[in-house]
Amino acid sequence: MQCQECGKRPATLHFTKIVNGEKTELHICESCAREKGELIPGTQSGFSIHNLISGLLDFETSGAGAMAKQQAAIKCEICGMTYAQFSKIGRFGCSHCYKQFAERLDPLLKRVHGNTVHVGKVPKRAGGRLRTKREIDRLKKEMQGRIEREDFESAAQLRDRIRELEKDMSG
Amino acid sequence: MAIRKYVKHALSEWMDAAGATDSDVVISSRVRIARNLRGMPFPMMATPAHSSAVADQLLGVAESGRLNGLGKLEQIRLTELTELEKLVMVEKHLISPNLANESRGGALILSSKEDISIMINEEDHLRIQCLSPGFQIRETWDRATKIDDIFEEQVDYAFDEKHGYLTSCPTNVGTGIRVSVMMHLPALVMTGQINRILTAVTQVGLAVRGLYGEGSEATGNLFQVSNQITLGQSEQEIIENLYQVAKQMIEHERAARGKLFADNRPRVEDRIRRSYGVLSQAIIMDSKEAAQRLSDLRLGVHLGLMPELNDRTLNELLVATQPGFLQITYGEAMNPDDRDRSRAQFIRSRLATHS
Repeated sequence: MQCQECGKRPATLHFTKIVNGEKTELHICESCAREKGELIPGTQSGFSIHNLISGLLDFETSGAGAMAKQQAAIKCEICGMTYAQFSKIGRFGCSHCYKQFAERLDPLLKRVHGNTVHVGKVPKRAGGRLRTKREIDRLKKEMQGRIEREDFESAAQLRDRIRELEKDMSG
Repeated sequence: MAIRKYVKHALSEWMDAAGATDSDVVISSRVRIARNLRGMPFPMMATPAHSSAVADQLLGVAESGRLNGLGKLEQIRLTELTELEKLVMVEKHLISPNLANESRGGALILSSKEDISIMINEEDHLRIQCLSPGFQIRETWDRATKIDDIFEEQVDYAFDEKHGYLTSCPTNVGTGIRVSVMMHLPALVMTGQINRILTAVTQVGLAVRGLYGEGSEATGNLFQVSNQITLGQSEQEIIENLYQVAKQMIEHERAARGKLFADNRPRVEDRIRRSYGVLSQAIIMDSKEAAQRLSDLRLGVHLGLMPELNDRTLNELLVATQPGFLQITYGEAMNPDDRDRSRAQFIRSRLATHS
């Protein structure tokens, strides 16, 4: 089969597109696919998640006002990435960017994940404080349950344990 | 240089497991964990000095012997590989296209069974990937999280109390995990139910993409279902959500196969035996036709209509008929016409050894 675009090279890529229920088939060669910006399986070209994110961010920074311009100029003091760059490529330059762009970040995360706060795994060493915090939350719930069951003695034990943990955290 | 085992054999050792759970529908399960080192720019913004420091530090964990419990491991710097070797490893899903084509200071820690692939300086500093045959996402996660723990004993991760594990792309932040299953859904495609099901699946926070193909008409009826959300759900919730949805898809596919077979047995049988005939005899076979006909054979195996074949051969053919692999088998630099002839030849010879 010849390429439908150039009619010279053999078609090596076969696409089926369904747009609004209408099906079109496309049989083209690799170089024409690249020109047309079609996704080639196994390569990085074509539309990617990063394009999608930058689309979402564009939507936020596209306002022509002074605010938008100010936003775009925010620069990460560690890696030097600007917000404008980030919104173009959809990827952060370093972990500090999360702090630097914090203000703009939550609306984006909300749109991507529906959430803004991590509730999963915590690393043993780097996440010591968070582990303790979660343990305190867990103990408080447990204590509440015991109070409701009028098991005051064991609730008091939990209260003491919570105090200890809270002291550790502030100390 | 001798051709490495992982380039020579299309079938990874981990795939060579007969009777894996739900393997009539699920070909493989995968868990990928993304992590970054604290205080280091992400690979995209890294200087060569940063990248090599990251690679040294992470490869150092393997060298320290702490990963020895995982079996025999090989450390590979991407610069040691030829373009063709990289392509083949992408086709086997041992490395990502990103690591193969775009990484600087990229490296890999690979288990000899090829069920563990630890990528360094990909989009993130560290990407731990574990693969299993059949439907085993819980077990695969258990393996991956243990490897994550071993690394965390040795290196400081970029972790934030609010946003969790920080990743280069905001779509991975939080847990940093991507869990996926590769499913073969020919009966749902044939009975026209697939679009309805895929739409439903995407509405519960999961993503579906065709493997070796585009959109809802994946070539070879292979679909990869994975979690989309990484933030605000725990790993267990993410895995459980995917588990339950995939389980239902498996049941729907089985029901559709049963109905197809009961209502149209001669037609189904004819289609499968025709594909077998074509694959056993054809001189030219393009990748699209190969994928579709191999899908027919796989369906045939699980309907009990292809006693002369098994999943093992089909899994091997899936990889062996990819462009990179054909070049390895039949010599360098092929044009697409050569490739279609080589593909036909490889399939013919493989099927012949079975009859």
